[in-house]
Amino acid sequence: MKLADVSLPGQTVVTGSLLFTAEDIIAFAKKYDPQPFHTDPEAAKNFVFGGLCASGWHTCAGWMKMFIAYWAKEHARLLAEGIEPPKLGPSPGFKKLQWLKPVYAGDTITYSVTLIESRPLMSRPGTSINLTANQGVNQKGETVLRFESTVLEFD
Amino acid sequence: MLYLEDFTPGRVLPLASCTLDAAAIIEFASEFDPQPMHLDEEAGKASILGGLAASGWHTASLFMRMMYDGWLAKSSSEGSPGIEFMEWKKPVLAGDTLSGRSTVIEARPLRSRPGLGLVKFLHEVINQNDEIVMRGENPIMFRARPADETVTAGDRA
Repeated sequence: MKLADVSLPGQTVVTGSLLFTAEDIIAFAKKYDPQPFHTDPEAAKNFVFGGLCASGWHTCAGWMKMFIAYWAKEHARLLAEGIEPPKLGPSPGFKKLQWLKPVYAGDTITYSVTLIESRPLMSRPGTSINLTANQGVNQKGETVLRFESTVLEFD
Repeated sequence: MLYLEDFTPGRVLPLASCTLDAAAIIEFASEFDPQPMHLDEEAGKASILGGLAASGWHTASLFMRMMYDGWLAKSSSEGSPGIEFMEWKKPVLAGDTLSGRSTVIEARPLRSRPGLGLVKFLHEVINQNDEIVMRGENPIMFRARPADETVTAGDRA
């Protein structure tokens, strides 16, 4: 089965929620994005964001983590129903990514994915490309992350 | 220190270089992107990526670190509102050495926030074979140079 058959275009799927603790925010930032507003709660007060907040890349990685967790369950559910799961491949990239609000220590982000369209790739027979709109919303209902990404799918 | 005024269109700022080993690829993927081609050499070889390959989000996060170490740490950065696009052009495989550059496309003061401006960059990450593995454009906010701060050698291109 193809992705567009199991996840109808336009239908939003909530993939999961992730708590961003100060510890997690600092651990990720020390490795990948050690700007003071991501590593030091005191220093963060002197910057535009006004408090310790997650690296935008941490927020994005969280979206992927929740998508993979959701997809593993979906994959198992389809197999249990005797349906061959879609064969998703790597992603060529993303666009229009907006970090709309900082993700502060203690925030819980609920992630979602919406399939926009699916089309065969002319340059690579047997392969389709899916465009999805992706989102992260905090516990106050504010959208913190929004982007569009593509994912390959094999026949 | 690099301030808003120092980001003149066309200026090229080198990223720090970094070598990626299998353990780092597996560690990132285990936490954020546990797909077989990011966790296992054999599964990677069997995939269209051709080997144990870094998650695209790992490459993007590493790019962030390479930018920080290359030039962002000595700037007046106030973070970024987003990424216009980012393309994962080639797989990043275990053992690859990455380098790259940020090129200033345009810079403008923010009318809504006096003393701050937005600089748009083209970022390119390159492997040891001189292939572009990732490229993208994004704006970053910077503080303008304070009136009492003098320009030192290296700030201006």
